[in-house]
Amino acid sequence: MSAILHIALRELGSFLNSWWGWVILALMLLFDGLAFNVYAVGFQPKYSSDVLESFMEASTVTVMIGGVLLAMPTIARERANGTLALLQTAPVTEAQVIAGKYLGALSFLVIIKALTLYMPLLVQINGKVSWSQIGAGYLGLFGLGAAVVAIGVFASTISRNQILAAVLGGSIVGVLILAWLLSRISEPPLKSIFAYMALFDRHFQPFMRGRINTESLVYYASVSFGFLLLATRALKARRWV
Amino acid sequence: MIEVHNLSRYYGTFCALKEISFSIANGEVVGFLGRNGAGKSTTLKVLAGLLAPSAGTVKIDNVDMTEAPTGFRKRIGFLPEEPPLYEDLSVSDFLRYVGSLRGMSAQAIKSRLPEVLAKAQLEDRADQLISELSHGYRKRVGIAQAIIHRPKLVILDEPFSGLDPAQIRGMRVVIRALAEESTVLISSHNLPEISQTCDRVLVLKRGRLVAEPDGSSDPISPTIGGLAGGVAKNHVSLTLRGDAGAVGAFLEASPLVKGHTLKARAGLVLAYVLLNEDAPEALVEALVAAGIGVRRVEDGLAIQLEDVFLDLTEDRK
Repeated sequence: MSAILHIALRELGSFLNSWWGWVILALMLLFDGLAFNVYAVGFQPKYSSDVLESFMEASTVTVMIGGVLLAMPTIARERANGTLALLQTAPVTEAQVIAGKYLGALSFLVIIKALTLYMPLLVQINGKVSWSQIGAGYLGLFGLGAAVVAIGVFASTISRNQILAAVLGGSIVGVLILAWLLSRISEPPLKSIFAYMALFDRHFQPFMRGRINTESLVYYASVSFGFLLLATRALKARRWV
Repeated sequence: MIEVHNLSRYYGTFCALKEISFSIANGEVVGFLGRNGAGKSTTLKVLAGLLAPSAGTVKIDNVDMTEAPTGFRKRIGFLPEEPPLYEDLSVSDFLRYVGSLRGMSAQAIKSRLPEVLAKAQLEDRADQLISELSHGYRKRVGIAQAIIHRPKLVILDEPFSGLDPAQIRGMRVVIRALAEESTVLISSHNLPEISQTCDRVLVLKRGRLVAEPDGSSDPISPTIGGLAGGVAKNHVSLTLRGDAGAVGAFLEASPLVKGHTLKARAGLVLAYVLLNEDAPEALVEALVAAGIGVRRVEDGLAIQLEDVFLDLTEDRK
C-alpha cells in the first residue's frame, strides 16, 4: 500500500510541477464555467433541477477529455524519459505501479472537479435542488472519470508515446460512447449488449437526474478494474519481450 | 554472492544470451565487456530485473530472481546508460522518492541521505533541480539512486560515457567507494577505465561468455590467460627474446608459474603468465639464468586490455 501511495503522490506532484497539469486544470475549469453559464443556466427560465442536470451533462465532456489527457502521460512519459526502468527495477509489483499511477491521475481529476462545486452550490442557494441530486451527479462524474482514467492508463501502457496514448485512449472512450448508437440499430441480443456497454447514455443519465444507479456503479467499477488489469498485464509482458 | 547459472534470453527466436554462468563474490568490482550486440545490455537488464530470463537462474544471497522477484530487486541497484531521473525534482527529493519506492522508511532515508550524497560527491547539489545539472552530475545522481537502499549488487551501464577526463577521475573514485558496501558490475567500452577500476572482467561474445577470468582459482587457458593477466593479481606480461618452444618449455616446468599463454610476434615472444604468488622478480631471475632474454616486464594491470579484448571478441578466419 505504501508503494502505491508513493507512486500516486509522485504522479500527482508531476501534474502540479508541470505546465501541462495547470493547462488542463485551467481549460477544464474554463469549459465547465462556460458550459454552466451558457448551456446549463442559458438565457431562458428553467427549473433548478434542469439547470443542474444540464450542468452534469456538460461536465461529462471535460471528465472524458480531461481523463484521457491526464492518464496519457502516466506510463508513456516514464517510458519516453527512461524512468520506467526506475519503477521496474524497484521492489514493487506491476499492479502497484499501475494502481499508483491510476490513483495519482484520478486524484488530480477529482481535485479539478471539486473546484467546480461552487456552481451547483450557487444553484442550490438560489434555486431549489436537493443535496442528493448534487451528490448523485458528482458520484456519476466520479464513476465516469474513474473508468475513463483507467482506459487512459491502459492506452498509456501499450503506447510508445503520449500522443499515441491520447489517440488510443480517446478512441476507446469514443467507441464506448457511440455504443448507444449501435444499440439503436442492432437487433437483440447485440442491442442490449451495446446498450450496456455505452459509457454515457445508459449509465450516466440516471446520475445527472439525481438517481444513484447501482448497476451503473458496478459497470464503471468493472470497466475500471478490467482496463487496469489489462494495463498491469501489458506492463508485466514488457519483461518478456 | 551473485550466482548466475545457465542464463539464456531469447527475443522471439533470436538468442541474445546462451547459457551463461558466472559468480561474483561480495565486494568485487567486475567489468563486463563485449562488442555491440554481444548481449551485455541484455545481461544487465536481466540481472537488474528489467527483463525476465528465458531459462536459467540468477540468485543474490540465495534469493532467486524468478521465485522472489521483489525480494531480488530489493538487493539490486541499477544505473542505465541514461540515468532515469525526474527533472522536476531536486536531487534530495528525487533520492527520497527512490528510497521510499524501495521500501525505506522516512527515518531510514533521512539518516542515509547525507551518506549517499557524500559517496556520490553531491553534497553541494542536494537542493538543486535535476534539470539544472550537468551530464556528469546527472550520472552521479544516477549512482546515488542506485545505492540509496544499500543494495548487494550495483549494476552500472556505461558509467563513464559522456564524461570529461576530470569527471571520469571523479567517477572512478565514486565507483571504488561503492565497493566498500556493495558488489559492483560495470559494463563499459572504456577499456582503460575498466582495467583501472575492476578487479576482474567477464567477456561476452554473441551471447556467450568467452572468458570468466578468475585466474586465482583456475589455471589459465590460452584464451582466458591473456585477459586474466590484464586485470587480475599475480599476472605478469613479458616480452622475451628466444625460441617460443624453449620459452614454453621453461614456463611449463617452472614451479613459479601456474599457467601461461604465448604469442610469437616480430621475432619476440609475448608471454602472459599467471604466477603462483606475486613474485615476478623471481621469474625474471629464473628466465635470465635459463638464458632467455627479457626485453620488457609489465605487471598484470599494465597489459593492454584492448589487445586481449579484441583477441577474444574478433572472429578468427
